[in-house]
Amino acid sequence: MSFSTRLATPLATRLGRNGIGWLLPVLVIAGWEIASRAGLMPPNVLPAPSAVAEAFWRLTLSGELIRNIGVSTARALAGFAVGGSIGFALGLANGLSTLSRGLTDTTLQMIRNIPHLALIPLVILWFGIDEEAKLFLVALGVFFPIYVNTLLGIQSVDPQLVEMGRVYGMDRRALFFRVILPGALPAIFVGLRYALGIMWLTLIVAETISASSGLGYMAMQAREFLLIDVVVLSILIYALLGKLADSLARLLERLSLGWHPAFQNA
Amino acid sequence: MPAASLAAVRSFVAAPQQPQPEQTIERPRAFAFQGVGKFFGDKVVLDGIDLDVPVGQFVAVIGKSGCGKSTLLRLLAGLDRPTAGSLTFGSEEEGHSRTRFMFQEPRLLPWASVVKNVEVGLTGIASGADARQRALAILGEVGLADRADEWPSVLSGGQKQRVALARALVGHPQILALDEPLGALDALTRIEMQQLLERIWLAQKFTAVLVTHDVAEAVALADRVVVISAGKIALDLDVPVARPRRRGSVELARLEGKILDRLFG
Ligand SMILES: Nc1ncnc2c1ncn2[C@@H]1O[C@H](COP(=O)(O)OP(=O)(O)O)[C@@H](O)[C@H]1O
Ligand SMILES: [Mg+2]
Repeated sequence: MSFSTRLATPLATRLGRNGIGWLLPVLVIAGWEIASRAGLMPPNVLPAPSAVAEAFWRLTLSGELIRNIGVSTARALAGFAVGGSIGFALGLANGLSTLSRGLTDTTLQMIRNIPHLALIPLVILWFGIDEEAKLFLVALGVFFPIYVNTLLGIQSVDPQLVEMGRVYGMDRRALFFRVILPGALPAIFVGLRYALGIMWLTLIVAETISASSGLGYMAMQAREFLLIDVVVLSILIYALLGKLADSLARLLERLSLGWHPAFQNA
Repeated sequence: MPAASLAAVRSFVAAPQQPQPEQTIERPRAFAFQGVGKFFGDKVVLDGIDLDVPVGQFVAVIGKSGCGKSTLLRLLAGLDRPTAGSLTFGSEEEGHSRTRFMFQEPRLLPWASVVKNVEVGLTGIASGADARQRALAILGEVGLADRADEWPSVLSGGQKQRVALARALVGHPQILALDEPLGALDALTRIEMQQLLERIWLAQKFTAVLVTHDVAEAVALADRVVVISAGKIALDLDVPVARPRRRGSVELARLEGKILDRLFG
């Protein structure tokens, strides 16, 4: 229903609405280019957008860019998969079982108050600068938003609906898949989007400090050789990857929460 | 409430009217409460409830807020166990499982379409295409066949309650327990729903137990009105009025007055 209504919104209106968001970035980039060409912006402070585009083209041709993006993305996803699934599983367990919650929640809430990036020195001592170090940091960073929001989502499921499910003879399995999980989904998506942000942030920091490949490494290398255009390019690509992950999560959210009034006629 | 009538209520509560003697029941029994009591800690909510209901009877339960009406229904539906006494069902092997419950709120799953919500009523009874078929049929009976694939959030309050009614009825329950299901609806929608409920009850002949705070609703719909006060049955009144009943008729008004008198002394 809501889906077809959304599709029925005139295409031009939708383009216009999305398009207006791009107006400001385009103006900024145009102004930046003009300022660089006019010599107002020294190239060793901030290279012109055209120089960044050139760097992009150069690194794409050499295959370096794609390889580094691939390495970083694989790290991000691996860390996300590990931390996210543990967080999700523990969130479910603690949401569904008071025993499990009593056992682990206090401990987890305590650990949550440690900024995970503060563990970097310790992590380097443990794992050196190997892949495990980055995986560990990303997984830890992603774990908490997923855990907290999954738990919150399950605890906020309307108990009246759960009672209704019981009265109508749903077994535990049906109750979980038809009542509890769908009810917790909006909160789980909030956690997912938050976790994706943390995922990139953690990876940037970890790769900048210690890595021998990846986008962060590429940026640090470029800094040593004073290739400021590559530094700026890496930053832009991080921004784009972050935006891409968020857009994917939003799409998934829209597709699975079509019933939610917030996503109807949006 | 003025002090005088409060005092009257107190004296009434202190000396409850004996329940009318059970009439001879020709029809088989749907369920019976026998000396049922329900305490929460040392708070006595229900005490010595005896209620024998034959199959197909429409019973309305009336009482002031907090007198234990919902508790009575929850016992009937097996959501709670009695602290004292016992509860027996006519068809012993089926018992609670053939009792359906309609809540004051629609309690529809917001993430399931209208027809999927009705199919919840067929959990463990039917599934797949068969379930959908039966759900669509009952949706037709409550006049919502054309809304089957919509989300519940786009329906009005009355329509949501009709979906909840369809969900309660689709499994052909033997007993339908209704806990003030129309309480939140506006007056006109409520009358419409009462007529719908009566029509479906006449067609399906299940045993209905309707908790309500609306005395007019009780006498318009029920074969028998039970008034609960201070945890006991204070009045057990037959409504021997032929159907279809005309709202506001002298007969109904007289019964209504009698119940109100009993409620407020
Ligand atoms: N689970 C419970 N624990 C303690 N007290 C309860 C519980 N359920 C109901 N009660 C009490 O029992 C009394 C009757 O409640 P209820 O049956 O809901 O009344 P009503 O007639 O308004 O439906 C109320 O005083 C309520 O506070
Ligand atoms: Mg109640």
